[in-house]
This record gives sequence, C-alpha cells and structure tokens, in this order.
Amino acid sequence: MNETTPIAAGRFIGQRMPRKEDPRLLTGRGTFVDDISFPGMLHVAFVRSPIARGKITGIDLSVARGMPGVHAVYTAADLAKIKVTPLSFFLTPSEVEVPLLATDHVAYAGDPVVLIVADDRYLAEDAASVVTVDYEEEDPVVSLADARNGALVHPGTESNVSAAMGLDEDEDGEALLAGAAHLINRTVIHQRISQSPMETRGIVVSKQGAGELLVHITCQSPHMIARYLTIALGMPEYSIRVLAKDVGGSFGLKNTPWREELAVIAAALLLGRPLKWIEDRLENLISANQAREQEMTMRVGFDGQGKLLAARGEYSSNNGAYPQGADANVAVHMFMWAAYKIPYYSFYTQGWYSNTVGLAAYRGPWALESLIREAMLDIAARQLGIDPVEIRRRNLVTLADQPTATTMGIPLEDITPAECLEKLLTVLDIDAFRREQAAARQEGRHLGLGIATYIEPTGSAGSMPVMTGELAQLRVEPTGKVTATMSTHSQGHGTQTTMAQVIADRLGVPYEDVTVFEGDSAHGGFGPGAAGSRQGVIGGGASLKAAGLLQQKVKTLAAHLLNANVEDVSLEGGVIHVAGSPEMTRSLRQIAEIAYGEPARLPPGFEAGLEAQYRYTPPPMTFTSAAHGCIVEVDIETGFVKILRWISSEDCGNVINPAVVEGQIAGGLAQAIGMVLLEEAGYDARGNPIAVTFKDYLLPAISDVPDFEYVHASTPSQSEGGFRGVGEGGAIIGPPTLFNAIADALSPFGEVPLTLPLTPTRLLEVIEGRSMTSVAHAPAPVAPVVTEVAPAPVAAPAPPAAPARVDGLWKMVMASPMGGQEMKGRLATEGTTLTGTLLSDQGNQDFAGSIEGNRLKWEMKVTKPVSLTLKYDLVVEGDSISGKVKMGMFGTAKLTGERLE
Amino acid sequence: MSEHKIEMVLNGHSHRGAAEGRRTLCDYLRQDAGCTGVHVGCEHGVCGACTVRVDGQAVRSCLMLAVQADGCTVTTVEGLAAADGTLHPVQQAMQDEFALQCGFCTPGVVITLATLTDVPEKPSEAALLAAMSGHICRCTGYQGIRRAIRRLAGEATGERA
Ligand code: FES
Ligand code: FES
Repeated sequence: MNETTPIAAGRFIGQRMPRKEDPRLLTGRGTFVDDISFPGMLHVAFVRSPIARGKITGIDLSVARGMPGVHAVYTAADLAKIKVTPLSFFLTPSEVEVPLLATDHVAYAGDPVVLIVADDRYLAEDAASVVTVDYEEEDPVVSLADARNGALVHPGTESNVSAAMGLDEDEDGEALLAGAAHLINRTVIHQRISQSPMETRGIVVSKQGAGELLVHITCQSPHMIARYLTIALGMPEYSIRVLAKDVGGSFGLKNTPWREELAVIAAALLLGRPLKWIEDRLENLISANQAREQEMTMRVGFDGQGKLLAARGEYSSNNGAYPQGADANVAVHMFMWAAYKIPYYSFYTQGWYSNTVGLAAYRGPWALESLIREAMLDIAARQLGIDPVEIRRRNLVTLADQPTATTMGIPLEDITPAECLEKLLTVLDIDAFRREQAAARQEGRHLGLGIATYIEPTGSAGSMPVMTGELAQLRVEPTGKVTATMSTHSQGHGTQTTMAQVIADRLGVPYEDVTVFEGDSAHGGFGPGAAGSRQGVIGGGASLKAAGLLQQKVKTLAAHLLNANVEDVSLEGGVIHVAGSPEMTRSLRQIAEIAYGEPARLPPGFEAGLEAQYRYTPPPMTFTSAAHGCIVEVDIETGFVKILRWISSEDCGNVINPAVVEGQIAGGLAQAIGMVLLEEAGYDARGNPIAVTFKDYLLPAISDVPDFEYVHASTPSQSEGGFRGVGEGGAIIGPPTLFNAIADALSPFGEVPLTLPLTPTRLLEVIEGRSMTSVAHAPAPVAPVVTEVAPAPVAAPAPPAAPARVDGLWKMVMASPMGGQEMKGRLATEGTTLTGTLLSDQGNQDFAGSIEGNRLKWEMKVTKPVSLTLKYDLVVEGDSISGKVKMGMFGTAKLTGERLE
Repeated sequence: MSEHKIEMVLNGHSHRGAAEGRRTLCDYLRQDAGCTGVHVGCEHGVCGACTVRVDGQAVRSCLMLAVQADGCTVTTVEGLAAADGTLHPVQQAMQDEFALQCGFCTPGVVITLATLTDVPEKPSEAALLAAMSGHICRCTGYQGIRRAIRRLAGEATGERA
C-alpha cells in the first residue's frame, strides 16, 4: 500500500485536494490551441523534403498557386522579407544559421520547403501535394559514426562538432584509473526519443492592426514565448501577446517555438490574415525536434572494497541539423556522480550535427548520467561479488557527510539518496525476493530486481539568465474571493491546483475561494515555465510570500476598522476574527468592500484595495533525492518483460499535493518504461525516419505500466515552504531501475548490453547467446574515429619555449556550456607578470596573472551564470592562443583565439 | 467537391449540416459542430483521443467520415454530464482518482469507459482495462485511470445514452 504521510500538514498544503483544472477538461471545455479560431482565419500546410540531404534544383509552384481556396504559396525567399532569428532556450542565436524554410538545400527528411496557406487544411494539403521540388540527392550524415567521419552537415563549419567541452585527454585521470583494483568500462547507446505529447505542436497567429501580434501557441510558458518572439522578430514596435490556456503535454518539446511556428508567424505578418497551423502526428514524428540519441563510454575505477576511486566519461549526442540547443549536455557530467563520494571525475563531451531532425529537450535531458552510473554500479557489484545495495551504501553521500561538495564543486547540504534507499528497504524485502528468485529459477522463470539511487537539481533559478524566479500576484477581490495571477504555467502539472492550495493555506481562505490564472503573457510576470522541475518550488515559494503579505494587509486594515490590536486579528476560512471578541467577527468581503470602495475609512497611508505581489528567487539549486526498486519477470521464450512491482522512495521535501506529486512520478516512470522497452525514433541508413506513426513509435499503454507504490521521505528544502521539484525525476531514475532489474533477471545468461530499447529481440540475443538482428537493420556500428576531427589543441604543460609575443589584443572563443562565448582580451606582460582586460558583452573585467615562457595563467571571478572562479591556462604560439579554462562545476572548457592587434 | 447533407442527434439535440465526402467525423464535430472536446491525437486510429459514441458504440472519429454519421445519434464528451452540470460517474471517478493531467487524452478515455459502463450489466475490470489499452495517455502513467476503472467495474451506472 502507499504510505503517504501528509507532511507539514497545513489546511491545504499536503492534502490531496481535487484538481481545479479537471471539471473543464473532463467535460471537453478546455481551451487548447486548435480550439482557437478567428474570423477570416486561414490554414497552413507544409511541403517537406522526402530526402535527408540534397540540393534544391527547382521548385514548381504554378499548379498549387492556381488552385481554388489557395491564398499564398511561400518559399524561403518569400519569408525572407520578414527577418526572424531562431534562438536557443538561452535566447542566444544558433551557432549555425537556422532558416525557417529550406533555402538552397535540405538537411533532413521532413525539412519544410514550401508553406501553403488555404481556406482549410484539406485544401492546403491538396495544394502541397501538387508542388514539385527537384532535388539533387546527396549521401546523408545520419548516425554519430557518420557525423564523425562523413561530410560536413553545414558547409562552412570546421567540423560536425556543434559543441564540445572538457578534456579530450586526461593524464591525471588515466593514472588514477590505471591504479584502481577494479576497472569497469562500458558504453551506453541511448536511442532517439520523440517526446510525443498527445497534443502536437500548433500555433494560431493574428496580426491585429499594425502594431499588435496575438499568438496562441501550445507551449511551456507564454511569457517565455513572448520574450523569445520579441527578440527573434526584432520588431520593438510590435506589442506581442502570447496565450496558452490548456496545453496537451510538452515534456521539453515546447520550450520555445521552432522553424514551423516561426514560419507561420512570418507568413501571417506577410499576408495580414490570421493563420492556424496544427502539426499532424506524421509531422510531429518526423519534424518536431527530438531528444536523446546519445552514446557514452564510462570507465570507473574501484578499490578492493568497492569504493569509487575515479571515473572518466566520454559523451556524444546526435544533435541533428538544426538543434534547439546545440550543446554538449555538460549537465550529464555535472550530475554524474553528484550523489556519490568519488575523488575524481573527468570528461569529454561533444554534440554533433547530422542530417536528422534537431535535438530538443526531453524530461531530464541529462538523465543519461543516472542510467550509465547506476547500471555500472550493478555491473561492478556483480563483478566484485557485493550486493547492489551494499555498493551504494559504501559510496553514497549521506546526511551525516553534509555539508560537502561534489567532485565538480556543487555544494550539497541536504541530499538524502542514502536515506531514501534505507526507506525503500523497509518496504522491499530483498532477502525474501532472493529466495523467491532462486525458487522461480528452479521452475525456469526469471525474476530480477533493480535498484537505483540518484539526486536531481530542481527549482533552478539564477543559474542561467533565463531561469528566473516566479511571480505571484494576489488580490482579495471586493467580493471577498481571491484571485491569483501567476507566472507559472501548466501542461498537465496542475499548478492552478497546487498554487491555490498554497495560497489558501497561507492566506487563510477556503480552497474553493481561490482562482488561479496563468497562460497569458499579458498577465503576471516573466517565468520560464515548466523546465527543470521548478514551478512547485519557485511558484510555491512566491505564492507563500505573496499570501503572507496579503494576509498582513488584511489584518492591518481589519485591526484599524475594528479598533483592535493587529496581533489579535486572525484570518481563518475567509473569516476575520478578533481574539476574545466574537462580536467583531467579519467576513473577508465586508473588509474588502471597504478596502476598495471607502477610502476615507482606511488607515493613513494605507494603499486602497487588497493586493500583494512577490517575485521569489530560491537558492540556485534545490535537490530532490530518490531510490527506486523494481521487480520484473523476463519470459525467456519470447524476450518479453513484465514489470511485477515498482516502488518509489523519494524525498521531494514538503509535498503540496501528494496526488499531484505521485502523478508526476508515475508519468515520468511510464516514459522511462517506454525508453527502456518500446520507443525508438530512428533512421535508416539513408536518413529516412523509421517511426512515423504510433504504430511504429510504440508508446506505453496501460498494460505496460504497473501500479506504482510510493514512499515519501520529506526533508524540507532550504527554499520557501521547503518544497523540492519532482517533475522530471521518474524519467531519470526509471531507466536504470528497470535496466538493472532486467540485467539481474538475465544474469544467468550473460550481460545485457546497455543499448536501448531492450526489445524482445535484443533480450533473446542475450538469452540465446546469438545475434538475431538481421544485417539490414543492424544498428550502425560505432565506427572508430578515423579522421580525427581537429580538436582545438589543449595546453599541455608548456615545454620551455622561446618567449612569445603576448602583448596585444586577442580575439578568443570559449566553448562554454551555453555555447561559444566570444570575447576579446588585451594582454600586457612585464617579466613574469601578466595583466589584462577581458572585453565581452557582459562588460569588461581586469585580471592579473603570470607568464612562464609562452604559457599564461590567470584567475577571474565571475558572477554570471553563477558565482565561479575561472582558471585560465593558455599557450601562445605565434598569432594564435589556445588552452583551457577550468569552470568549477561546469568542468573544463576549451578556448581558442587569434591576435587582432 | 461533393457536399452532402448530414443530420444527426448530437449530444441530445438535433443537428443539421453539410460536409464534403472526405471530411472526417472528428474534423466535422470539432470545426463544423463546435464540439472541440473531441481531440485529435494521431489521425490514424491508435491514440483513442478522438473517440466518440455513435449509436451506442465507441468509435474513433478520425477513422470515420462525417457522412457516415448521417442519421446517427452521436455523443461527445460535451454531452455526458447532466444538464445541471453533475458529472457522469466516469467523469467523477476520473476526477476523484486524479486520472488526468494535461487532459488531452481524457475525452476519448471518458467516452470509452462511459460507453462500456452505461449498461445494466456490470462490466468486469478486465474488460475495461482491455478497452483502455486502446488509449494512449502520455502524462499519467495510467495510475489514476486504473484506479477509476477499479471503481467503475464495481459500479455500473445502468443508463445508456
Ligand atoms: S486521433 Fe483518432 S485514434 Fe488518434
Ligand atoms: S492526461 Fe495528458 S495525455 Fe493523458
């Protein structure tokens, strides 16, 4: 049974309050983007590339243009009249130019080439079907192996590496690994995933007169979209309003608009008519940006007792042609060993361009760390003959170890993965399971147990410029009812419910009396939305603070009106009481009517009305911890996996609504089950997508997902209200838990490869000890790197070199986690002293350091994105400069540059 | 293009309209009849979001043409709650059991479960689960839906729309 202790049980916080969103959604009265229409609205369809790579040699639009009901047929050249710059989630321009429609070449199958506007979608698709595009097909760069060895995806770039960080060679790490008693080396291959929200992408754009743009879009935050469009369109004269009341799931896909949505906006501006584009599922599976497709090799050294000594990770992801974030996913490394005591970790991480649809976020974008780490801990445990629980006990950071910091320098104060694990073991009897497993094996049934532990950063604010706090604006209306306008946004998260609970609880009014509005960029304030499990933590904190301020205001006014001491006034259930004077009891409405309508009765200096707002910024990171356990049975005849039991023991701090928290965990776990067993959005060798309907892209159905059991530990966090985020956790901890269970079940047959998804065929290969994959469908072998893609040289300890000319102005680019950061540096030397100034768009900063031969070293403190000391270690050779910059928890970044003066 | 007259009883009211032969029932219901509670998740018959009740059967309105519903009685999710707003027992069970998050799959789920439970004989849990396996929900992991099913299997509503 579920053990759910209401924590910090307030009147409403900690209770399973019914969701305020449900009555409209259950009766078909929600407002999703496709439910919006405008008079005179027209419909958009796209002509898309059927090939992965080629030159466009001709486009014939004549038949389409002449069809009845067709209003416009646009190519890239037409849309170019409206300048739009697609931006990353960090609101920076992409590394490579991202055209809204393909210009002279196509870069993936599904690449939009022509945009048709017609009276309805049927006619638009008719017209699309008669557009002829001639292509000169080229060999595509599809897989990571292709990207390493094949042609350039973007001619003009230096290589197919879209971003890289870390050290490509690490002597210190090698020495530590070489000295380890046990060294484990494994590679994970994670398939490509389609986020597959049940509501596909969609947009309705209406240009309202000359200076107003009204955008309905399915998204993760209307405020974020409005901010994005303001920058991407560069039209300061436009007032842009973005609305999204109900959103049918997102999971990272709808963080920002991308090529199609931006093309529709450009077309609406050109044509001056309201336009609607609703992505169909085929489009969604081929041209909505996807996620994962990663390969990672990890080497881990243990001592004789199974204690971690050192690890080294090398990561690559296939970022596609036009990724929404061209990054190398440094977060994988930041959190790789964050919950474990390990003296040393180093990494090299790269993102690669390819002729596939671009990379976007998916629930827990860094989740690969948990998969590879937890799988390898079990492999190590098996190799060392230790129990999987025991190897974790020996290495996890416990509460007693804290405060401490991770190997990468992230401060830890209150993580509880070890405590969650012990709590898990109170409901999961491992010894009993082992007996059952042994008995079952006698009967030819193969049961397996998987355990995994982790921590995840949630409620992030201030760590990156777009990750801000959240704003709660509250008012007691003249009616006595309470209205909240929030910067939060729900795509199923239920923030209208949880925020109302927090507000009602702190303010002292009935839950029914609180209405929460969100989903409109014109109301409330900026918030980046559902990204990084943040809204409960930050929105909840903002709601608490604002409700506290508002309650104070109510009490002050009531005390004045009733001639009472403010300390004696209380607000409970929407009723104002004065201690010891029941005759003075007043309804909130009575006080509110005076606050708004009778200014003469207000205390001196009292602002009329009953309104309060607070923008809450929590500590930079709030960690959530968990340990999960799962039991499976693998049918060795068919290779099918049946999940028999799954227990989540998690610590997400004070829980606002246990049903909402469990819903988030369960949703993430179902997605984890999909990733491990079912889903794959792959390509064939010619770059044709192989899963283009839900008959090929297999999502978990009710029969694939077991009943989950929950154990809540509840260690209050340091943020207001003590909340911790929970949105992504299931999708992070789920895959290793299930993988470990399957590996345990099949351990008598051999090791299960870390290649997802674990289809029945893959498992039968382990069970029967032979390859069953037909050659035609074999995953592309991971080719060794043949042509080394010229990595920027890393400063080796400098050989005594002839004094180099250092003085002058240098242009430099640092490969930071947020992409290439350009700066200029003016350097001057005197003896062994180096002084200089770094000039960037963040401002100028002076520094002092040392020079030895041609090797320069200096340190600099920065406060953006977070407080860090950057340690520069560079070598000057002729007119070029290169080397590395240690960036604290972000690892090491490469820097290259050249002399300007 | 050929326009065809369509008449149906839609959510208890008589409805007249016209549609091209190729128009799907889901597009017709959403765009011509104003029933935007009919959701379209895949347009190829897998996700179940578009499920509506036609002459007592739960059908995928993305796989049916509007003209095929001529003369039929059609119920969408908008037509399930009582006139006074009282939720249908399936809707109430889904609310009580936290069976939805984003709510996009919900109308189809509600129609399927309501169609199976609006009968005098009590449907078995297994029958309801089997029917539910034809619906995809990306948000909930099906936990609340399964709890709602367990409740509904024990309480047939005994009415048929
Ligand atoms: S939209 Fe009809 S089954 Fe998916
Ligand atoms: S509630 Fe979102 S898809 Fe089911």
